[in-house]
This record gives sequence, structure tokens and C-alpha cells, in this order.
Amino acid sequence: MAVASPSKVMTNVEAVRSTLYDALKRDDKAVILGEDVGNRGNVFLITKGFIEEFGPERIIDTPIAEASIVGIAVGMAMEGLRPIAEIQFADFIYPAFNQIVGEAAKTRYRSNGEYTCPMVIRTPYGGGVRGALSHSVSVEALFYHVPGLKIVVPSTPRDIKGLLNAAIEDPDPVLFLEHKRTYRLIKDDVPDEYFTIPIGKANITQEGTQLTVVSYGLYAHQSLEAARKLQDENLSVEVIDLRSVRPMDRNAILDSVRKTHKLLIIHEDNKFGGVGAEISAMVAEEALFELDAPIRRLCCPDVPAMGYALPLEEEYMISTDRMAEEMRAMVRF
Amino acid sequence: MPTTITMPQLGETVTEGTVAQWLKKPGESVEKYEAFVEVSTDKVNAEVPAPVTGTIKELLVKEGETVATGTPIAVIEEVGAAASSARSTPAAEKAEANKQASQEPVPGKSDAPVAPAPAATAPSNGSHAGQAVSSEASLRGASPAVRRLAREHHIDIAQLKGSGQNGRVTADDVLAAARMGPAAAVGQAISAKPIPADGKSSYGDPIPGTTIPLNQARKIIAQRMVESKRTAPHAWSMVEVDVTDLWKWRTREKDRFVRDHGHSLTLLPFFIRAVIEAIGAFPLMNAKFTDEGIYVNKEVNIGIAIGLATNLVVPVIKNADKLSIKGLALAAGELIDKARRGKLGVDELAGGTFTVNNNGANGSYASAPIINGGQAGIVTMEAVVKKPVVTKDDAIAIRSMMNVCLSLDHRVVDGYVASGFLADLKKRLEAMGPDGAL
Repeated sequence: MAVASPSKVMTNVEAVRSTLYDALKRDDKAVILGEDVGNRGNVFLITKGFIEEFGPERIIDTPIAEASIVGIAVGMAMEGLRPIAEIQFADFIYPAFNQIVGEAAKTRYRSNGEYTCPMVIRTPYGGGVRGALSHSVSVEALFYHVPGLKIVVPSTPRDIKGLLNAAIEDPDPVLFLEHKRTYRLIKDDVPDEYFTIPIGKANITQEGTQLTVVSYGLYAHQSLEAARKLQDENLSVEVIDLRSVRPMDRNAILDSVRKTHKLLIIHEDNKFGGVGAEISAMVAEEALFELDAPIRRLCCPDVPAMGYALPLEEEYMISTDRMAEEMRAMVRF
Repeated sequence: MPTTITMPQLGETVTEGTVAQWLKKPGESVEKYEAFVEVSTDKVNAEVPAPVTGTIKELLVKEGETVATGTPIAVIEEVGAAASSARSTPAAEKAEANKQASQEPVPGKSDAPVAPAPAATAPSNGSHAGQAVSSEASLRGASPAVRRLAREHHIDIAQLKGSGQNGRVTADDVLAAARMGPAAAVGQAISAKPIPADGKSSYGDPIPGTTIPLNQARKIIAQRMVESKRTAPHAWSMVEVDVTDLWKWRTREKDRFVRDHGHSLTLLPFFIRAVIEAIGAFPLMNAKFTDEGIYVNKEVNIGIAIGLATNLVVPVIKNADKLSIKGLALAAGELIDKARRGKLGVDELAGGTFTVNNNGANGSYASAPIINGGQAGIVTMEAVVKKPVVTKDDAIAIRSMMNVCLSLDHRVVDGYVASGFLADLKKRLEAMGPDGAL
């Protein structure tokens, strides 16, 4: 960039808030609905002050009824509004499953293109915040099987702004997953101006030659940190932050594997049938003869929930050291 | 399951080999890739690795006996081979045959091209290189990428030394072997032995009281040496250079360099760079004596003297002054690889304007080289030695020191220019490192 455009340093949660605010200012068809988004200003204070500025018709406090939140949003979207529905925690999204999978994702197809469903469903997900059983889940694998639904998992403030703008602009439903551990942990420069980042485009956060690591969300940061640590040991790891899990940036992954010949996938969601399973299958189909080692997936355990006790949570989550260890083993394989 | 081992073909024109020494006796066990016999030919002595793990069952050829390539020389009883080995043996034999066909001449090729002689043999390329394939057995455990790359680059995986876990051959190993060419790939396993101190084997097997006939290469070397020594009055000078910082720089860069570029990073490219810069300050060192006068060369083409078992070649880095240290390292690495494989083209041996001789590798401390005809000088890098040195402030420090020797054509330059050139070269070398960009 020749001229540095004006920018602000903000956290991930501030990036969500400021992007939503700009969207409401920019387009009076944009509305926000969800539990505690109005007077309470959202549990993370993302929408604090919005109801005063934009009024209760655009900032809608809903009952604790997730199916209704998404169902109403589907109707709004079909009739020309730009609803941004919030599920307070991803752990509560299950009642809305039918509305998301059975309605939102199928609207365009069912109506032969007459109706589309331009809506965003935002929800905080992920663990590492002592959220225990009902404030820790990763839900991407439950939804990424569904054609017609886009799923975005940005990890940085800049990506949040660019991808949230793209999601709001998108003519079809987008599930927008925000890792809550990164909310106040990750801080970076965000351009003031309006911009979008294409949904389905990954970001290579570090180039390397000996191993490709694919991750997203909180672990995009930790895997990058681990890869940087390995640099001191002269091990060269390429790190890809997926940013979107569907559509998935297949070319970014395949090009990288063609270069490094080794692939490690790291995600917080449990392994069985997770996003890593799809990536493994895709690479095995498209680039088997590039592989110089078995594909490995480093994922959280296949157990029903994360424990509340700190040792249990730590045992469940993947430490940066474990990531580095796994990367080392793969480079040396 | 017994595996029959045949006399390998150590070079494309070699048709027979002599069992110089059995390194294993019948009944002894042998590991796959372990050397079990030393074979000598008129070109090279090589230790031959066992293709399988097992026990030596039978030695079919006596020491000192010469047999045609492909002749069975030993039988190894393979261990740990289940029923599948019965199937794999014919394949392994086929692979063995292919492997032999793929072997390129090893260093010491007596008809390799000689320093800028136009009579140099054109490199004869192994069109059969494409036949190198990996046997079924060697593919076991090879990753899909290794299989594909080995196929594409005609490399037999069984011949490679693996750098991966438990000696696994990695994709990088195959790529590195591909960069070095098929002969080098073989060379990793069948290592050509260094020339013995008594000079045996570099000229066949010299028998006291007999005359070794001159081959073409030896004739040309002899002729050019005499001519240079007769026509150019040689003068000689030496400086001692502190390369401590340069050594540190090179040491820090070398591992990454070989990984990124597949060539090792020696002191040579740094030295050539310093020589080029010193030539820039003293262009008369890049000149030649003619009957019409002293012709000062426009181009700076640096010859690198490379000693092989039976001869000497001096390939040339053209327009070396346009190259960075990294560029010089790559160019020199390429030429050295080619020289060792006997693959230098005539054009790569001609046009030198100044010559550098890395003489210190075997510990030489000072030498008086003969100038490459038609040039003003030749400079050597002698061994880097740690020495106690008196520093400027009269303290004693341990420093890495290297002698640099210059032979000059006294018709072209006098001591004044030559010593100025050497002093300049010394200053530049001592200013290199401990940090910098290659």
C-alpha cells in the first residue's frame, strides 16, 4: 500500500461492534435481533447503546426462543430486510437447527430463485473461557455439511470487519462464528474505511516449506505462534487461517500441500467428522501423490462437553506447545 | 530366500570389475545398505552396499578375480522375508539390472574434459538414466509423494540414504538426489573411495617397474603445464588472512543454504566475491600477455580449479562480477557437481580470465600454483587454521587464519601491483562477516 489509510487498533469484540454499528448506519434495512441485544446491549456489550440510537424496531430484544429468532429473521430476509440474528451462545443454537438448515439454507432453491435469504446469524462459540458444558461448543461441523449455507470463522479484527461486511452483503444466509476467547485476547489494526474480504478465501499467515498447517479461529493464532517458535529451530511451517469453512479455499490448501508435501489440521471442534475430516478427504482425493506423510488432525477430544474444572478444560483444549510438538514430529517424519 | 548379487556396473563404459576385498565372510550378517564388498575397476574403487538384510551365504568370486558386470558374485540369504519375498525377488533382480544400467561414471572418469582444452570429450549423457526404477521392495513404506517423485526423476529409492524418521526416504531426499543427478544419487550409497595416499587406483593399479600409458587427459594436462611454466615467468607471494568473522557468517548460513538451495555453502563463493572486488581495484590482474601488448579483459570470468582422482578440471563462472555471493555459490556448486559427474561441457571449461584454487580442503598450508595459460594470475585458498594471533592492542587471541597464495605472470604485472592486489584481497576478506546478506 502506497499510502497508509486511516485505521484503529481494536479487539475482536470491538471489531464486531463497530462493523455492526457501521452497517446499521449505512443501511436502514439492517436490523439486529436476539436475546439481550436491546436494553442489555448484548452479554459482551457488543450492541450497547444501539437501541437508544437506532430504536427498538431495528434492535429487537427477543424471548429465549432461538427457533423464533432465526425463523423471524428468515421471514424478514425474504421480504427485503437485512436481518442480523444473534444466538447468544452457539451452545443454544440447536433449537434453531430446523430454521437454519431446513428453511434459510433452502430458500433460494425451494423458490427457484424467486426468494433469497440475505441474513447473518452471528454467534460466539469456542472454549478456553471456563464456559463449561453450555458456553464452550464449536458447532461448525454440525452445519458445514449443509449446502446453501456459508460458514465463516474469522480470527482477527480485520478479518471480522471484512467478513462481517461480506456476510451482510451476501444474498444468502451466512453463519458467522466468533471465537469468544479471541474477543478481548486479539487486538490489531483495522482500516476505518468500508471493505469486504471474500467469503471462502483463506489467509496464509506464514509461508513455509516443510509442513502445511491448516487451522481457524483461536487455533489460527496458536498454530501461528507454534510455527514461529519452530522457525528458531530452522523448521519451516506454512500456516493457513481458513477464515471460512464453507465454501472452503481448496486451492490455498492444495497449493500449499503441493509445496510442503505434509498436512496437519488443527481445530478445536472434535475430530470425528469435523472440518479436518473434509480437508483430509479433499487432499487425499486431489493431491495424494503430493503427500510425503500421513495427514494428521490435531483436534479436541470426542467427548460430549468440556469440563468446567480448570485441569479438565486445559486437558481438553490444545496447548501451543502440543501444536509445536506435533509440527516438529511431522517435519521430521 | 537367497538373493544373488551381481557385479555392479560402476560407470557407463565399465564392463568388468575386480573384487578387491570382501568386507564380509560367509555366515556373517549384513544390513541392507551396508557395504559388503569392495570392487575396483579401472576408473574407481567403490564399496558396494547390500541390497537386502541377511546373511552372506556364499561368495562366488575370489578376491583379486575380475569378472564381467552382471556376473553373480555372492548370495545373501535374506532374513525376515516372508512369502512375499519370493515374489519380490525377480522384481528386485530386475531393479538391480536397471540400477546398474543407470549408474553414471563416478569421479575419476579418466576421459573427463580437461581444463580449457578444446579436445575435451563432449559429455556423453546417459540416455538410459530413465530406466532407473525402484524395486517393489524398496517402495514399501515410501510415501505417495516419494513414489511419484522417484518415478518422475528416474531415481531408485533403494539407492538413497533417508533423512527422515528411522531412515525413511523423504520427498526432499528424492528432490535433492534429482538435483544432483542420477549418478550422485547412486554415489550416496556406493561411495567412491578417496584416492589412497600411495596413489594407487587413480591411475589404475600402478605396478612398480612398469609404464602407465598416457591417456588423452593426462597428455593435455602435461602439455599445458609445461607451456605455462615455460612461457610465463612465475612469481609468487603469500598473505595471511584473518577469516574469523567470515567463517562465523558462513557457519551461520550454511545449514539454511543447503536446505534451500541443495548446494553446500563453502568459503569459496565468499572468496571469489572478494577476488572479483580486488580485480575491480586492480584490473591488471584480469589481463593477459600477448605479443601486441597487455590485453585487459572486459569480462571477469573466474575459473575454479577442481581436482579429481585422475585429473584436473577448471570450469569457469562467466561474468562472475555480476553475481552475488549466493549466485556464485550456486554457480560454483553446479559446476563442481558437474565436474564430479564428468558432465562439464566444453563451453563451461573455456574463457577463464583468472583462476581460484581452493587448495586448503586437504590441509595444504601454502602452495605455488601454475598459472592457467593466458591469464595473469592464480590465487589459492589454503587451509583455515585456528592460531594464536597478536592483536592490534598486543593481546593474544585465537583467530581463524588462512593463507592466500598468488602466482603471477611477471610479464603482465610486477610485485607492486601483485602485492597491492593481495593486500586489497586480504582487506576485503577480513571485512566480510560476521553478518551480511549473501
